[in-house]
Amino acid sequence: MDKVAVTCESPSLEAQVDPRFGRAAGFLIVDPDTMEFEYIDNGSTQVMAQGAGIQAAENVSNSGAKVLLTGYVGPKAFQGLAAAGIKIGQNLDSMTVRQAIEKFKAGEVEFAEASNKEGHWK
Amino acid sequence: MKIAVASGKGGTGKTTVSSSLVSVWDSPVIAMDLDVEEPNLHLFLNPTFTGSRPARMEIPEVDQALCTLCGKCSDLCQFKAISLMGKVLMTFPEMCHGCGGCLAICPENALHPIHRELGEIAWGHAGETKFLMGRLRIGEAMSPPLMRQVKKRLDEMQAASPDQPKDVITDAPPGVSCPAINAVMDSDVIVLVTEPTPFGVYDMKLAHEAFTPMNKPMGVVVNRAGLGNSEIYDYCAAKNLDILAEIPYDRQIAEAYASGVIISESSDKMKQIFLELAEKIKQKAGEVCRG
Repeated sequence: MDKVAVTCESPSLEAQVDPRFGRAAGFLIVDPDTMEFEYIDNGSTQVMAQGAGIQAAENVSNSGAKVLLTGYVGPKAFQGLAAAGIKIGQNLDSMTVRQAIEKFKAGEVEFAEASNKEGHWK
Repeated sequence: MKIAVASGKGGTGKTTVSSSLVSVWDSPVIAMDLDVEEPNLHLFLNPTFTGSRPARMEIPEVDQALCTLCGKCSDLCQFKAISLMGKVLMTFPEMCHGCGGCLAICPENALHPIHRELGEIAWGHAGETKFLMGRLRIGEAMSPPLMRQVKKRLDEMQAASPDQPKDVITDAPPGVSCPAINAVMDSDVIVLVTEPTPFGVYDMKLAHEAFTPMNKPMGVVVNRAGLGNSEIYDYCAAKNLDILAEIPYDRQIAEAYASGVIISESSDKMKQIFLELAEKIKQKAGEVCRG
Protein backbone atom coordinates (compact mmCIF):
# COMPACT_ATOMS: atom_id res chain seq x y z
CA MET A 1 0.00 0.00 0.00
CA ASP A 2 1.17 3.56 -0.67
CA LYS A 3 2.79 5.43 2.17
CA VAL A 4 0.61 7.79 4.17
CA ALA A 5 1.72 11.15 5.59
CA VAL A 6 0.03 12.24 8.81
CA THR A 7 0.57 15.63 10.47
CA CYS A 8 1.70 15.03 14.05
CA GLU A 9 2.61 17.03 17.11
CA SER A 10 5.54 14.70 17.99
CA PRO A 11 7.30 11.73 16.33
CA SER A 12 5.06 8.89 17.57
CA LEU A 13 2.04 6.89 16.41
CA GLU A 14 0.42 7.83 19.73
CA ALA A 15 0.92 11.58 19.10
CA GLN A 16 -2.10 13.73 18.34
CA VAL A 17 -2.73 14.59 14.72
CA ASP A 18 -1.59 18.21 14.33
CA PRO A 19 -4.76 19.96 13.13
CA ARG A 20 -2.81 22.46 11.03
CA PHE A 21 -1.31 21.19 7.81
CA GLY A 22 0.94 24.06 6.71
CA ARG A 23 2.41 24.84 10.09
CA ALA A 24 2.30 21.30 11.50
CA ALA A 25 5.22 20.37 13.75
CA GLY A 26 6.02 17.38 11.56
CA PHE A 27 4.81 14.43 9.55
CA LEU A 28 4.87 10.73 10.21
CA ILE A 29 5.32 8.90 6.93
CA VAL A 30 3.66 5.59 7.70
CA ASP A 31 3.59 2.26 5.85
CA PRO A 32 -0.01 1.25 6.64
CA ASP A 33 0.74 -2.48 6.14
CA THR A 34 3.55 -2.70 8.71
CA MET A 35 2.87 0.50 10.69
CA GLU A 36 6.58 1.30 10.34
CA PHE A 37 7.18 5.02 10.07
CA GLU A 38 9.72 7.74 9.57
CA TYR A 39 9.46 11.29 10.90
CA ILE A 40 9.88 14.43 8.83
CA ASP A 41 10.33 17.65 10.75
CA ASN A 42 8.20 20.49 9.40
CA GLY A 43 9.14 23.00 12.08
CA SER A 44 10.89 25.33 9.63
CA THR A 45 7.53 26.31 8.14
CA GLN A 46 6.40 27.65 11.51
CA VAL A 47 8.75 30.58 11.18
CA MET A 48 7.99 31.37 7.54
CA ALA A 49 6.36 34.74 6.93
CA GLN A 50 4.30 33.26 4.14
CA GLY A 51 4.05 30.11 2.06
CA ALA A 52 4.08 27.60 4.94
CA GLY A 53 1.34 25.52 3.34
CA ILE A 54 3.14 25.40 0.01
CA GLN A 55 6.40 24.42 1.71
CA ALA A 56 4.63 21.71 3.70
CA ALA A 57 3.06 20.37 0.49
CA GLU A 58 6.56 20.21 -1.06
CA ASN A 59 7.80 18.35 2.02
CA VAL A 60 5.03 15.76 1.77
CA SER A 61 5.52 15.43 -1.97
CA ASN A 62 9.27 14.87 -1.49
CA SER A 63 8.57 12.19 1.14
CA GLY A 64 7.00 9.96 -1.50
CA ALA A 65 3.69 9.68 0.39
CA LYS A 66 0.61 9.47 -1.84
CA VAL A 67 -1.97 10.09 0.88
CA LEU A 68 -2.18 12.85 3.50
CA LEU A 69 -4.20 12.68 6.70
CA THR A 70 -4.59 15.94 8.62
CA GLY A 71 -6.97 18.48 10.12
CA TYR A 72 -7.19 21.60 8.01
CA VAL A 73 -5.64 22.43 4.65
CA GLY A 74 -5.51 25.92 3.15
CA PRO A 75 -6.24 26.67 -0.50
CA LYS A 76 -2.66 26.97 -1.79
CA ALA A 77 -1.46 23.89 0.04
CA PHE A 78 -4.45 22.03 -1.35
CA GLN A 79 -3.61 23.16 -4.87
CA GLY A 80 0.01 22.06 -4.40
CA LEU A 81 -0.88 18.66 -2.96
CA ALA A 82 -3.40 18.06 -5.72
CA ALA A 83 -0.80 18.96 -8.36
CA ALA A 84 1.60 16.48 -6.78
CA GLY A 85 -1.09 13.80 -6.99
CA ILE A 86 -1.54 13.40 -3.24
CA LYS A 87 -4.95 12.38 -1.91
CA ILE A 88 -6.10 14.48 1.02
CA GLY A 89 -8.07 13.32 4.06
CA GLN A 90 -9.17 16.34 6.15
CA ASN A 91 -10.95 16.93 9.47
CA LEU A 92 -8.97 14.14 11.13
CA ASP A 93 -7.93 16.19 14.15
CA SER A 94 -8.74 15.26 17.79
CA MET A 95 -7.32 11.75 17.39
CA THR A 96 -3.95 10.03 17.45
CA VAL A 97 -1.88 9.28 14.36
CA ARG A 98 -2.56 5.56 14.89
CA GLN A 99 -6.33 6.18 15.04
CA ALA A 100 -6.19 8.23 11.84
CA ILE A 101 -4.30 5.45 10.04
CA GLU A 102 -6.77 2.82 11.31
CA LYS A 103 -9.64 4.95 10.05
CA PHE A 104 -7.93 5.21 6.67
CA LYS A 105 -7.30 1.45 6.51
CA ALA A 106 -10.95 0.78 7.37
CA GLY A 107 -11.93 2.86 4.34
CA GLU A 108 -13.58 5.49 6.52
CA VAL A 109 -11.60 8.45 5.16
CA GLU A 110 -13.27 10.35 2.36
CA PHE A 111 -10.82 12.20 0.18
CA ALA A 112 -11.42 15.92 -0.13
CA GLU A 113 -12.34 17.73 -3.30
CA ALA A 114 -11.57 21.17 -1.88
CA SER A 115 -9.71 23.01 0.84
CA ASN A 116 -11.45 23.27 4.21
CA LYS A 117 -9.71 26.42 5.42
CA GLU A 118 -9.67 29.95 4.07
CA GLY A 119 -6.37 31.43 2.99
CA HIS A 120 -4.70 34.44 4.56
CA TRP A 121 -4.20 36.05 1.17
CA LYS A 122 -7.46 36.11 -0.69
CA MET B 1 14.96 67.95 3.25
CA LYS B 2 12.75 64.90 3.55
CA ILE B 3 10.55 64.67 6.62
CA ALA B 4 8.77 61.40 7.42
CA VAL B 5 5.78 61.57 9.73
CA ALA B 6 5.48 58.10 11.24
CA SER B 7 4.09 56.33 14.30
CA GLY B 8 3.93 52.91 15.82
CA LYS B 9 0.25 52.90 16.59
CA GLY B 10 -2.25 53.86 13.92
CA GLY B 11 -4.69 56.69 14.48
CA THR B 12 -2.33 58.80 16.57
CA GLY B 13 -2.38 61.77 14.21
CA LYS B 14 0.12 61.29 11.38
CA THR B 15 -2.17 62.89 8.83
CA THR B 16 -3.12 65.67 11.27
CA VAL B 17 0.57 66.48 11.65
CA SER B 18 1.51 65.97 7.97
CA SER B 19 -1.27 68.16 6.59
CA SER B 20 -0.62 70.88 9.19
CA LEU B 21 3.12 70.89 8.46
CA VAL B 22 2.38 71.25 4.75
CA SER B 23 0.09 74.17 5.55
CA VAL B 24 2.49 76.12 7.82
CA TRP B 25 5.79 75.32 6.02
CA ASP B 26 7.52 78.53 4.99
CA SER B 27 8.14 77.40 1.44
CA PRO B 28 6.19 75.18 -0.98
CA VAL B 29 6.61 71.47 -0.34
CA ILE B 30 5.94 68.16 -1.98
CA ALA B 31 3.36 66.31 0.10
CA MET B 32 3.60 62.56 -0.37
CA ASP B 33 1.14 60.03 1.03
CA LEU B 34 2.94 56.71 1.39
CA ASP B 35 0.22 55.15 3.53
CA VAL B 36 -0.87 53.39 0.35
CA GLU B 37 -3.13 50.90 2.12
CA GLU B 38 -5.40 53.68 3.26
CA PRO B 39 -4.26 57.02 1.88
CA ASN B 40 -6.10 60.00 3.34
CA LEU B 41 -3.79 63.03 3.09
CA HIS B 42 -5.62 64.12 -0.08
CA LEU B 43 -8.84 64.46 1.92
CA PHE B 44 -7.26 67.36 3.81
CA LEU B 45 -5.10 68.95 1.11
CA ASN B 46 -7.79 68.63 -1.59
CA PRO B 47 -5.33 68.50 -4.49
CA THR B 48 -6.28 68.86 -8.12
CA PHE B 49 -5.09 65.64 -9.72
CA THR B 50 -3.18 66.13 -12.95
CA GLY B 51 -1.94 62.63 -13.64
CA SER B 52 -1.98 58.99 -12.66
CA ARG B 53 -0.63 55.68 -13.81
CA PRO B 54 -1.10 52.04 -12.83
CA ALA B 55 1.68 50.48 -10.80
CA ARG B 56 2.62 46.96 -11.79
CA MET B 57 5.20 44.43 -10.71
CA GLU B 58 6.99 41.72 -12.69
CA ILE B 59 6.14 38.18 -11.67
CA PRO B 60 7.15 34.90 -13.35
CA GLU B 61 5.16 32.73 -15.72
CA VAL B 62 6.33 29.21 -16.54
CA ASP B 63 6.76 27.74 -19.99
CA GLN B 64 6.20 24.12 -18.99
CA ALA B 65 7.62 22.88 -22.31
CA LEU B 66 11.03 24.40 -21.53
CA CYS B 67 11.11 23.63 -17.77
CA THR B 68 13.34 20.68 -16.85
CA LEU B 69 12.14 20.65 -13.19
CA CYS B 70 15.65 21.46 -11.94
CA GLY B 71 14.12 23.30 -8.97
CA LYS B 72 16.63 26.18 -8.86
CA CYS B 73 13.88 28.82 -8.87
CA SER B 74 11.89 26.96 -6.23
CA ASP B 75 14.94 26.68 -3.97
CA LEU B 76 15.74 30.36 -4.40
CA CYS B 77 12.27 31.77 -3.69
CA GLN B 78 11.91 32.62 0.00
CA PHE B 79 8.20 33.32 -0.40
CA LYS B 80 7.03 30.08 -2.06
CA ALA B 81 5.73 32.08 -5.01
CA ILE B 82 7.26 29.47 -7.30
CA SER B 83 7.31 25.89 -6.13
CA LEU B 84 8.40 22.56 -7.56
CA MET B 85 5.62 20.23 -6.53
CA GLY B 86 6.49 16.71 -7.57
CA LYS B 87 6.66 16.90 -11.36
CA VAL B 88 4.93 20.26 -11.69
CA LEU B 89 6.42 23.74 -11.36
CA MET B 90 3.65 25.89 -9.87
CA THR B 91 3.43 29.65 -9.42
CA PHE B 92 1.43 31.48 -6.77
CA PRO B 93 1.27 34.99 -8.27
CA GLU B 94 -0.07 36.79 -5.20
CA MET B 95 2.81 35.49 -3.06
CA CYS B 96 5.49 37.02 -5.29
CA HIS B 97 7.52 39.97 -3.98
CA GLY B 98 8.84 40.78 -7.45
CA CYS B 99 12.54 40.28 -6.75
CA GLY B 100 13.12 38.75 -10.20
CA GLY B 101 15.48 36.11 -8.81
CA CYS B 102 13.71 33.17 -10.42
CA LEU B 103 13.73 34.88 -13.82
CA ALA B 104 17.47 35.50 -13.49
CA ILE B 105 18.45 32.06 -12.22
CA CYS B 106 16.49 29.83 -14.63
CA PRO B 107 19.10 28.06 -16.78
CA GLU B 108 16.54 27.05 -19.42
CA ASN B 109 14.86 30.45 -19.96
CA ALA B 110 11.64 28.68 -19.05
CA LEU B 111 10.39 31.68 -17.06
CA HIS B 112 9.28 34.97 -18.53
CA PRO B 113 7.87 38.04 -16.81
CA ILE B 114 4.17 38.88 -16.66
CA HIS B 115 2.66 41.54 -14.41
CA ARG B 116 0.59 41.83 -11.31
CA GLU B 117 -1.25 45.09 -10.73
CA LEU B 118 -0.31 46.67 -7.41
CA GLY B 119 -2.46 49.75 -7.51
CA GLU B 120 -2.19 53.28 -8.78
CA ILE B 121 0.04 56.31 -8.41
CA ALA B 122 -1.58 59.73 -8.65
CA TRP B 123 -0.21 63.26 -8.52
CA GLY B 124 -1.32 66.84 -8.70
CA HIS B 125 -1.14 70.08 -6.77
CA ALA B 126 -2.95 72.03 -4.10
CA GLY B 127 -2.02 75.67 -4.57
CA GLU B 128 1.77 75.73 -4.53
CA THR B 129 1.96 72.34 -2.84
CA LYS B 130 2.87 69.46 -5.11
CA PHE B 131 1.00 66.30 -4.19
CA LEU B 132 1.83 62.64 -4.75
CA MET B 133 0.21 59.46 -3.51
CA GLY B 134 -0.16 55.73 -4.05
CA ARG B 135 -3.29 53.67 -3.63
CA LEU B 136 -2.99 49.92 -3.20
CA ARG B 137 -5.35 47.72 -5.23
CA ILE B 138 -8.06 46.21 -3.05
CA GLY B 139 -7.00 42.63 -2.33
CA GLU B 140 -3.29 43.35 -2.84
CA ALA B 141 -1.27 42.43 0.25
CA MET B 142 2.14 43.97 -0.48
CA SER B 143 2.58 47.68 -0.25
CA PRO B 144 6.39 48.24 -0.39
CA PRO B 145 6.66 47.53 -4.15
CA LEU B 146 3.97 50.17 -4.77
CA MET B 147 5.64 52.58 -2.33
CA ARG B 148 8.91 52.23 -4.25
CA GLN B 149 7.09 53.29 -7.41
CA VAL B 150 5.59 56.33 -5.68
CA LYS B 151 9.11 57.30 -4.60
CA LYS B 152 10.37 56.71 -8.13
CA ARG B 153 7.75 59.16 -9.34
CA LEU B 154 9.02 61.65 -6.75
CA ASP B 155 12.53 61.29 -8.18
CA GLU B 156 11.15 61.85 -11.68
CA MET B 157 9.33 65.00 -10.55
CA GLN B 158 12.43 66.36 -8.88
CA ALA B 159 14.65 65.50 -11.84
CA ALA B 160 12.25 66.94 -14.41
CA SER B 161 12.36 70.50 -13.16
CA PRO B 162 14.84 72.36 -10.96
CA ASP B 163 12.18 74.65 -9.49
CA GLN B 164 10.38 71.80 -7.69
CA PRO B 165 9.99 72.29 -3.94
CA LYS B 166 13.05 71.06 -2.08
CA ASP B 167 11.25 69.85 1.01
CA VAL B 168 9.18 66.66 1.04
CA ILE B 169 6.71 65.86 3.81
CA THR B 170 5.76 62.17 3.85
CA ASP B 171 2.70 60.73 5.57
CA ALA B 172 3.96 57.23 6.45
CA PRO B 173 1.96 54.10 7.19
CA PRO B 174 1.68 53.03 10.84
CA GLY B 175 3.48 50.07 12.36
CA VAL B 176 7.09 48.97 12.32
CA SER B 177 7.10 46.36 9.55
CA CYS B 178 8.30 46.65 5.95
CA PRO B 179 5.86 49.40 4.82
CA ALA B 180 6.75 51.69 7.75
CA ILE B 181 10.50 51.11 7.31
CA ASN B 182 10.17 51.67 3.57
CA ALA B 183 8.46 55.02 4.15
CA VAL B 184 11.07 56.43 6.54
CA MET B 185 14.30 54.86 5.24
CA ASP B 186 15.30 57.68 2.92
CA SER B 187 14.08 60.58 5.01
CA ASP B 188 16.34 63.10 6.73
CA VAL B 189 14.19 63.46 9.85
CA ILE B 190 11.60 61.18 11.41
CA VAL B 191 8.72 62.67 13.37
CA LEU B 192 7.05 60.06 15.59
CA VAL B 193 3.46 60.93 16.38
CA THR B 194 2.02 59.25 19.44
CA GLU B 195 -0.50 59.67 22.22
CA PRO B 196 0.00 59.26 25.98
CA THR B 197 -2.07 56.07 26.22
CA PRO B 198 -0.64 52.61 27.02
CA PHE B 199 -1.11 51.52 23.38
CA GLY B 200 0.40 54.74 22.06
CA VAL B 201 3.43 54.46 24.32
CA TYR B 202 3.99 50.75 23.66
CA ASP B 203 3.84 51.10 19.89
CA MET B 204 5.93 54.28 19.90
CA LYS B 205 8.69 52.40 21.72
CA LEU B 206 8.58 49.70 19.04
CA ALA B 207 8.83 52.34 16.32
CA HIS B 208 11.67 54.11 18.10
CA GLU B 209 13.57 50.83 18.45
CA ALA B 210 12.90 49.83 14.84
CA PHE B 211 13.99 53.18 13.40
CA THR B 212 17.01 53.78 15.67
CA PRO B 213 19.47 51.64 13.62
CA MET B 214 18.91 53.99 10.68
CA ASN B 215 20.70 56.73 12.62
CA LYS B 216 18.33 59.51 11.65
CA PRO B 217 17.34 62.40 13.84
CA MET B 218 14.01 61.61 15.50
CA GLY B 219 11.59 63.62 17.57
CA VAL B 220 8.20 63.01 19.09
CA VAL B 221 4.88 64.77 18.74
CA VAL B 222 2.51 63.97 21.59
CA ASN B 223 -1.03 64.18 20.30
CA ARG B 224 -4.04 64.20 22.64
CA ALA B 225 -1.78 65.53 25.36
CA GLY B 226 -3.56 65.52 28.69
CA LEU B 227 -5.00 62.05 28.12
CA GLY B 228 -3.57 58.96 29.78
CA ASN B 229 -0.45 59.12 31.93
CA SER B 230 3.13 60.41 31.97
CA GLU B 231 4.83 57.26 30.69
CA ILE B 232 5.57 58.72 27.27
CA TYR B 233 7.37 61.68 28.86
CA ASP B 234 9.41 59.38 31.11
CA TYR B 235 10.39 57.24 28.14
CA CYS B 236 11.42 60.22 26.00
CA ALA B 237 13.46 61.67 28.88
CA ALA B 238 15.20 58.34 29.46
CA LYS B 239 15.99 57.89 25.78
CA ASN B 240 17.01 61.49 25.18
CA LEU B 241 14.23 61.80 22.64
CA ASP B 242 13.02 65.37 22.14
CA ILE B 243 9.34 66.13 22.35
CA LEU B 244 8.90 68.55 19.48
CA ALA B 245 5.26 69.45 20.06
CA GLU B 246 2.19 68.65 22.10
CA ILE B 247 -1.26 68.81 20.60
CA PRO B 248 -3.90 69.10 23.31
CA TYR B 249 -6.68 66.57 23.81
CA ASP B 250 -9.53 68.73 22.62
CA ARG B 251 -12.92 67.93 21.17
CA GLN B 252 -12.71 70.91 18.77
CA ILE B 253 -9.69 69.31 17.09
CA ALA B 254 -11.59 66.08 16.57
CA GLU B 255 -14.53 68.00 15.13
CA ALA B 256 -12.30 69.96 12.76
CA TYR B 257 -10.52 66.77 11.64
CA ALA B 258 -13.81 64.97 11.07
CA SER B 259 -14.96 67.74 8.76
CA GLY B 260 -11.73 67.67 6.74
CA VAL B 261 -10.15 70.82 8.18
CA ILE B 262 -6.36 71.04 8.44
CA ILE B 263 -5.77 71.41 12.17
CA SER B 264 -3.18 74.17 11.91
CA GLU B 265 -5.81 76.19 10.04
CA SER B 266 -8.49 75.59 12.69
CA SER B 267 -7.26 78.24 15.16
CA ASP B 268 -4.37 80.65 15.78
CA LYS B 269 -3.32 78.57 18.77
CA MET B 270 -2.99 75.45 16.61
CA LYS B 271 -1.18 77.37 13.89
CA GLN B 272 1.37 78.49 16.48
CA ILE B 273 1.94 74.90 17.68
CA PHE B 274 2.72 73.73 14.15
CA LEU B 275 4.87 76.76 13.28
CA GLU B 276 7.02 75.92 16.30
CA LEU B 277 7.05 72.24 15.31
CA ALA B 278 8.20 73.11 11.79
CA GLU B 279 11.01 75.20 13.27
CA LYS B 280 12.12 72.40 15.60
CA ILE B 281 12.10 69.86 12.76
CA LYS B 282 14.44 72.11 10.78
CA GLN B 283 16.70 72.43 13.80
CA LYS B 284 16.73 68.64 14.18
CA ALA B 285 17.81 68.21 10.58
CA GLY B 286 20.39 70.97 11.02
CA GLU B 287 21.96 69.28 14.04
CA VAL B 288 22.95 66.40 11.83
CA CYS B 289 24.22 68.56 8.99
CA ARG B 290 26.52 70.35 11.43
CA GLY B 291 27.45 67.16 13.24
